[in-house]
Amino acid sequence: MCASVKYGSRGPALIPRMKTKHRVYYIALFSVVLLGLIATGAFQFWPHSIESAAEWSVDRRSVHDAPLVRLPANSPIPERGDLSCRMHTCFNVYSCGYNPKNRIKVYIYPLQRYVDELGTPISSTGLSREYNELLSAISDSDFYTDDVSRACLLVPSIDVLNQNSLRVRETAQALAMLPRWDRGTNHLLFNMLPGGPPDYNTALDVPRDKALLAGGGFSTWTYRQGYDVSIPVYSPLSAEVDLPERPPGPRRYFILSSQTALHREYRGELERLKEENGEAVLLLDKCSNLSQGAVSSRKRCYKSQVFDYPQILQESSFCVVLRGARLGQAILSDVLQAGCVPVILADSYILPFSEVLDWKRASVVIPEDKLPEIYTILKGIPHRQVEEMQRQARWFWDAYFRSMKAIGLTTLQIINDRIYPYAARSYEQWNNPPVVQWSSVNSPLFLPLIPPRSPGFTAVVLTYDRVESLFRVITEISKVPSLAKLLVVWNNQNKSPPEGESRSSSKFKCPECTAIDGLSLDQTHMVERSECINKFASVFGTMPLKVVEHRADPVLYKDDFPEKLKSFPNIGSL
Amino acid sequence: MQAKKRYLALLSAAASLVLLFCLGGVQVPATSSSRGGGGGGGPGRRRHPAAERPWPRFSDPLPSFAPPESHSDAAAEEEAEERGAHSSPRLKRDVNSSVYRARRCRMESCFDFSACERNGFKVYVYPQQKGDKISESYANILSAIEGSRFYTSDPGQACLLVLGLDTLDRDQLSPQYVHNLKGKVQGQPLWNGGRNHLIFNLYSGTWPDYTEDLGFDIGLAMLAKASVGAENFRPGFDVSIPLFSKEHPRAGGERGSLRSNTIPPFRKYVLVFKGKRYLTGIGSDTRNALYHVHNAEDVVLLTTCKHGKDWQKHKDARCDRDNAEYDKYDYREMLHNSTFCLVPRGRRLGSFRFLEALQAACVPVMLSNGWELPFSEVINWNTAAVIGDERLLLQIPSTVRSIHQDKILALRQQTQFLWEAYFSSVEKIVLTTLEIIQDRVFQHTSRSSLMWNSHPGGLFAMPQYSVYLGDFPFYYAQLGVKPYPKFTAVIHAVTPLVSQSQPILKLLTAVAKSHHCAQIIILWNCDKPLPAKHRWPATSVPVIVIEGENKVMSSRFQPYETITTDAVLSLDEDTVLSTTEVDFAFTVWQSFPERIVGYPARSHFWDSNKERWGYTSKWTNDYSMVLTGAAIYHRYYHYLYTNYLPASLKNMVDQLANCEDILMNFLVSAVTKLPPIKVTQKKQYKETMMGQSSRASRWADPDHFAQRQTCMNKFASWFGTMPLVHSQMRLDPVLFKDQVSILRKKYRDIERL
Repeated sequence: MCASVKYGSRGPALIPRMKTKHRVYYIALFSVVLLGLIATGAFQFWPHSIESAAEWSVDRRSVHDAPLVRLPANSPIPERGDLSCRMHTCFNVYSCGYNPKNRIKVYIYPLQRYVDELGTPISSTGLSREYNELLSAISDSDFYTDDVSRACLLVPSIDVLNQNSLRVRETAQALAMLPRWDRGTNHLLFNMLPGGPPDYNTALDVPRDKALLAGGGFSTWTYRQGYDVSIPVYSPLSAEVDLPERPPGPRRYFILSSQTALHREYRGELERLKEENGEAVLLLDKCSNLSQGAVSSRKRCYKSQVFDYPQILQESSFCVVLRGARLGQAILSDVLQAGCVPVILADSYILPFSEVLDWKRASVVIPEDKLPEIYTILKGIPHRQVEEMQRQARWFWDAYFRSMKAIGLTTLQIINDRIYPYAARSYEQWNNPPVVQWSSVNSPLFLPLIPPRSPGFTAVVLTYDRVESLFRVITEISKVPSLAKLLVVWNNQNKSPPEGESRSSSKFKCPECTAIDGLSLDQTHMVERSECINKFASVFGTMPLKVVEHRADPVLYKDDFPEKLKSFPNIGSL
Repeated sequence: MQAKKRYLALLSAAASLVLLFCLGGVQVPATSSSRGGGGGGGPGRRRHPAAERPWPRFSDPLPSFAPPESHSDAAAEEEAEERGAHSSPRLKRDVNSSVYRARRCRMESCFDFSACERNGFKVYVYPQQKGDKISESYANILSAIEGSRFYTSDPGQACLLVLGLDTLDRDQLSPQYVHNLKGKVQGQPLWNGGRNHLIFNLYSGTWPDYTEDLGFDIGLAMLAKASVGAENFRPGFDVSIPLFSKEHPRAGGERGSLRSNTIPPFRKYVLVFKGKRYLTGIGSDTRNALYHVHNAEDVVLLTTCKHGKDWQKHKDARCDRDNAEYDKYDYREMLHNSTFCLVPRGRRLGSFRFLEALQAACVPVMLSNGWELPFSEVINWNTAAVIGDERLLLQIPSTVRSIHQDKILALRQQTQFLWEAYFSSVEKIVLTTLEIIQDRVFQHTSRSSLMWNSHPGGLFAMPQYSVYLGDFPFYYAQLGVKPYPKFTAVIHAVTPLVSQSQPILKLLTAVAKSHHCAQIIILWNCDKPLPAKHRWPATSVPVIVIEGENKVMSSRFQPYETITTDAVLSLDEDTVLSTTEVDFAFTVWQSFPERIVGYPARSHFWDSNKERWGYTSKWTNDYSMVLTGAAIYHRYYHYLYTNYLPASLKNMVDQLANCEDILMNFLVSAVTKLPPIKVTQKKQYKETMMGQSSRASRWADPDHFAQRQTCMNKFASWFGTMPLVHSQMRLDPVLFKDQVSILRKKYRDIERL
């Protein structure tokens, strides 16, 4: 359109002999036609994006629009997961490449609906809300790429979060049909509820060949250390209930058990614990006498007393998380959210994100057969540690458990850290809650070293124009045996520094620099410096300076002792 | 007419312009917003407008992955319960321990915890049979266990058993190889299928494939093995140990070679390696390719073909060139002048080079895929090494060059910390192994990752003392907390209370007046019975009198439960201190909670004539000890003194009734690697100290001094090194003896004589 406008304005110069009125008429007509053409063209060629732009904001898409894929009955099934897989054997690192950001690229397969030959879907639920959230989070994150050829990690859109809703064989076939499957190399599956009755395997039963598994409920026998990622079982209550953070401190109950489907043996042991310790232990079960309308998952009962769940979790210092048929329990997430310290009794369980999270700071792990002793064990924990763990528990939930997004991105970050270990997040970054990150001091020179004298030191002298005083400083400093180098920073743009390398100060005269006492006596100087301090403190957000009452002196400083025997005899006479 | 037309034309042109703008203009912002909208959570960041958008927003209600009625496994559990098919948890555990054995062993399935719970973590070492030759390294391992606090000579008490048979070298071609180990092991009466046994191994397999086979069935035994591959490693059950040479010292060991930090932290070379290239057998794939990366300037990677007798037979086209280049450089020179050191796999996954690089403060760049790094269960190697991938050898130079100098500085310091904490001697390697296993056995009192990976390390931080990190003197800064702002005074009383003018009463009153004082404990180590309560002066803080256990010296460092404050002010009964001095020392200690802060200072020196350490109490320009007759330190050191030090040293102190203060200084300096801190003392202190006080006899005794010299040498030999560090610094109050009015000084009493 720019061109046409220009043409219109230039017209008279280009076609001089035409009559003015005709000329203007034709030009006007021509430009109208041209503009109309452009407009139509624009409308013709861009309607797609105009339409989708409108749709993107409203976003009306249905899972039922996803293409349907029919799985032939004899389509291949991948091998079962290979227990010996490690990053260096089963993972193709070449596709991640060297990149300056040290960030992996993750591709998500577009959604498809898989059915078997008879048209029955491979999953009873199809895409679940949680998996959808997870995939959206990944696609919104910096990890995402839409270019499959640049992807380091591939995430199928086949939802395997809950094995119970899957047809294992057909799901496996569907995986094998993925265009870039390649025996599962670099594929990442998310599963939270593995196994099925009666023996509940601790890892997803779907044959998946070399694919990585982010699983909730791994045991030490199914977890491939450094390859799989142990993730939490997401609790839908995280999104439903808003529990305000409670400051750490003593709570009404000491131990609370709120799981509903405990094995008889466990319940028996817990009841014995309750008998021995009375009020300190609260043992809840599901409510039998609730009216139909109430949401049973949000209530717990002790005899006839009804408690709100998960709010009741905030009333206890410790909350028992016992294994059920599965090792991973969604209640762990609720307990952390409530800032209650989880007491985890699930032998061989690989705790969520244990590769990076230091669970010893947020939980108590006790072998199952010590259940009768937990009261004594927990009583032995100093109360300050309990508070620390309460805070840490809540922080773990806030950072890594609270949403499917948090779980998904943490998983990707863990894998990212393995591929670029030299750029991995540090222990402190993973484990220190913001309040500790602010208040803690991690000196960059943390090794206790007492450096030898031999390399000496470099003196840096800042000067403006007081040459005489500068030379005095230089003369004095240069007497020091351990001085290795002396650097003078000439901070005056209007004058050039005195010439020559000579150290004798008599050579140079500086008539102006008689008043050397100056600065620190000047009142405005002090005011300025106070302003500086306030400004710096406000930028730091805190006052990093510490006040001490001591000063370092030589051992024999001002002692009644022969001066000649002192290492630093003159220091007192300054 | 003309004008009309002109206006018409103009109008129509403008109209079309507006039309165009409407269509195109809406267009432009729409696309640009969808392109640029990253952080705002815009639905996409399209680079190619034609491509499918990332993940659609679905409008239809989606089901939850775990519908509430069957949420978690509650429903399934109930169902199973009803059917009676659900096995009891106890049964499940039994099934596990019968199924998961041998290569799938875990603590839960193969280890018997009951013995450990009964008797604590005790380790038994089989007596050596006559005729069994054991290597020097294995002898060192066994003696390290026997010298440790875990050792028991009664197999009935033992939680862990260690064979007397040398299992270190299982390379059949090696002269150290023990034949018929299988039969010998099975013949051991306590073997019990290997349950609760720990087997140490450094070398396994032999030429040409070097498998990780030990040549005998270890059964349920745990393996502490060097160069172990992730495939064979049983996580949480085996322990990966470093490969160490037979010259590796038994105790003490060399310090890390880093003396001072240089900023910027770059050294002459960026990356170096010097080693063999094997022409036959496994292990050289990576080494064969190193010459591609070698640039003879800052990346110097050298290989030689010379090894064995008949290398000439197998030599390839590169050998001569490589060998010539190889001889140009000196290994040790490179090691100490390089920022990074390449540690590629050799015949086995691990090599000596790993520990050498660690000690030389040369950040190891690991190229040994699948190696389970030493003590990987507790050490976070990412903070001290660069874990490379053999497949990406050609990227290694750019990777290490991309590492920021701050990170290099941190990596380098961490190599030194880890070397000194866990690797510098056989004893440390063995103790670390045992502590890791102990942490597994008593899971709820185990060290957190922070304790293992930060100064002073897992061997000095004992979780049995407390599981709260803030109870230790080492983690205040990392946690952002401060020590408890009060102290407990512990006065060691050895003479009976006869007069009301005894120094101990004056001391008691002076200390009690300090507003930092929480309580005073009088440790009654005198043979006379306790004096009546009313004979102690009335004070504003509680005074607790404890009768010392056996009235021995070491009882003054017992971790008494009545000590609830972080700081302990340890006092001799004849110490003369004013309230101001105590207050000042305590404020100094708050800045240095991990060190001993106190008054009387002593020094050590190396007596080259006698070839032994000397002790001096002369006033000198430096000191390395602050006597515990008047010192403040963290109460954790009481625990460490009692539980970390071996009975032999504590008994020596008790028998001599001397040297306990020296031992405490050795201990604290060994932990902190720093000297104690001396604070200003009033002149009179020294005079009374040396004067006519009740302990005068003790100080005047010439034996006393000689004993202390002997003690020091004994201690140094146990520590394997001299942990004491000299200091030339004394901390005085700001304005101390300055030419200002005394009224402006807070601690003015210190200056007054």
